Amino acid sequence: MLRRPWLPPGRWFVIGVPEFFLFVFLLLPFLILLKISFSHADAVGVGFEPLISWLEEGTLSIKLHFDAYLSVMQDDVYLLTYLSSVGYALLTTLLCLVIGYPFAYFLAQSFPTLRPVMLMLIMLPFWTPFLIRIYAWKNILDANGLLNQFLLWAGIVDEPLQLMFTKFSFMVGMVYGYIPFMILPLYSNLVKLDRRLLEAAADLGARPWQRFWLVTVPLSREGILAGSLLVFIPAVGEYVIPELLGGISILNIGRMMWNEFFINLDWQRAAAVTMLMVLIILFPIWLFNRYQMRLMEARR
Amino acid sequence: MRRFPWLATLWTVLVYGFLYLPIVVLVIYSFNDSRMVTVWGGWTLRWYAEAAADQVVIDALVLSLEIAVATATASVVLGTCAAYALTRYRRFPGKGLFTLLLNVPLVLPTVVLAMVLLLFFVSMEHLFGFPQKGFTTLFIGHTVMCVSYAAITIMSRLREVDPALEEAAMDLGARPSQVFFLVTLPAIFQAVASAWLLTLSLSLDEVVISAFLSGPGTSPLPVVIFSRARLGLNPEINVIGAVTVYLVLAGLLLASVWMARRAKQRARENAALLRQAQVEALTSSSAS
Repeated sequence: MLRRPWLPPGRWFVIGVPEFFLFVFLLLPFLILLKISFSHADAVGVGFEPLISWLEEGTLSIKLHFDAYLSVMQDDVYLLTYLSSVGYALLTTLLCLVIGYPFAYFLAQSFPTLRPVMLMLIMLPFWTPFLIRIYAWKNILDANGLLNQFLLWAGIVDEPLQLMFTKFSFMVGMVYGYIPFMILPLYSNLVKLDRRLLEAAADLGARPWQRFWLVTVPLSREGILAGSLLVFIPAVGEYVIPELLGGISILNIGRMMWNEFFINLDWQRAAAVTMLMVLIILFPIWLFNRYQMRLMEARR
Repeated sequence: MRRFPWLATLWTVLVYGFLYLPIVVLVIYSFNDSRMVTVWGGWTLRWYAEAAADQVVIDALVLSLEIAVATATASVVLGTCAAYALTRYRRFPGKGLFTLLLNVPLVLPTVVLAMVLLLFFVSMEHLFGFPQKGFTTLFIGHTVMCVSYAAITIMSRLREVDPALEEAAMDLGARPSQVFFLVTLPAIFQAVASAWLLTLSLSLDEVVISAFLSGPGTSPLPVVIFSRARLGLNPEINVIGAVTVYLVLAGLLLASVWMARRAKQRARENAALLRQAQVEALTSSSAS
């Protein structure tokens, strides 16, 4: 077969170009991050002395500096920040589940002709930019905001409440930002629920609440897990919502990463904090994968 | 919960209210004729005029659009290649690692991706004096994030395309590039187009990567909005937000008109086919 000489062989082009791109701009940056996190913190700005070097006697020397990790471990602020981020992410997941589960359940029970429209109405607000949606809450939660105006008008409070930059405003923003990630997997799981199982339970004398807790909820476990994971992971790393609605009273990993790099100019510690963050996120993913593997084996 | 229809209705209405309240309030306040954003002072279009005349906003918007178009185009090209490689070639060197890397941006929070890329770019700048933070770093950063979304969108369509079509074209003497451009690409074109639109909107919407990777004087629109929103309420941001809402609504309207027209056309075609089938059935039964 004749091929024009200046054309790269198609197959290698198709494989090579995206591989090259991701290796250079994703794999290499991760390796550099790892290397920086193990570099010596005393170096000027950056630790660029090589970690691995040949000494003259023909010995391979590997120097791993744990300074950055040790300083992160020793300072309570870091531990508190990680705990705070994970804690708020868990709370967000729980609130999304409590609000989203009944909603997804009702949605799955509604008339089939109504469902596409109702799903569409869930998605629609999330087509406006994320930043704008979060910012929009400031109009409502501000000291002179709509909610305070309403409370004053209704005579429930005598002076405006401090709503902005509290845990309340932060959680409102988090739940608002992440609830569709919970509702959609729950809905797609609940809509497949075999109604005959519920009828069988009813025939066997189960009361409605028993049917719900003993049949519906266990059968939707996969939807609950998928939705929780989809909410929890981005919630741990959320940076915009704590900045706009949380204020400095909310300890947050994202802001800590920003501060380490842009304010403390400490690359090593920024890299170490990021690496620990990756570990925190990989843990639930690993659990979920293991759960799914076991599920698949059990089905076999 | 068919036994408690009122509960279901109430819950549903409350959740929808929660979802739509801030957006409705945002749009209304964008017309508020008052320096105090949340104190009502009558209707005005003043802030729309001010936003449209704000050079910082305009520059940021232009930069955002440039980055978004470049990102979407690069992501779709890379994503199509990646999708094609992963669906059509059973084995190639580095496939496992490549698949893993492709999933990383989908799984990790953007702040991690942003920090990883930031340290990479500043290290490169430290070593080689290149690239300085600005358009290049923003473009590459957005593309790293968007390739994965483009690839999965295109891959889900590519899996449905019968490889027999490509084999047939090959048997008929088409060169591999001809097969791709004349058979495969037309078959997946809709997925490619929607991947382009998806990555365009992802890029326009991206705050964290943009904030970490933008340099002095090169702030895309989300970064400008973010830094202003941190300072407090701002009537111009309400206007920008309201305009995005109008754009979404306009897009939705166009899409629904287009779909309604297609549905009507399809119904007409189906009716024609049905009639033809009836005619054929009648003629064949009368012939026998």
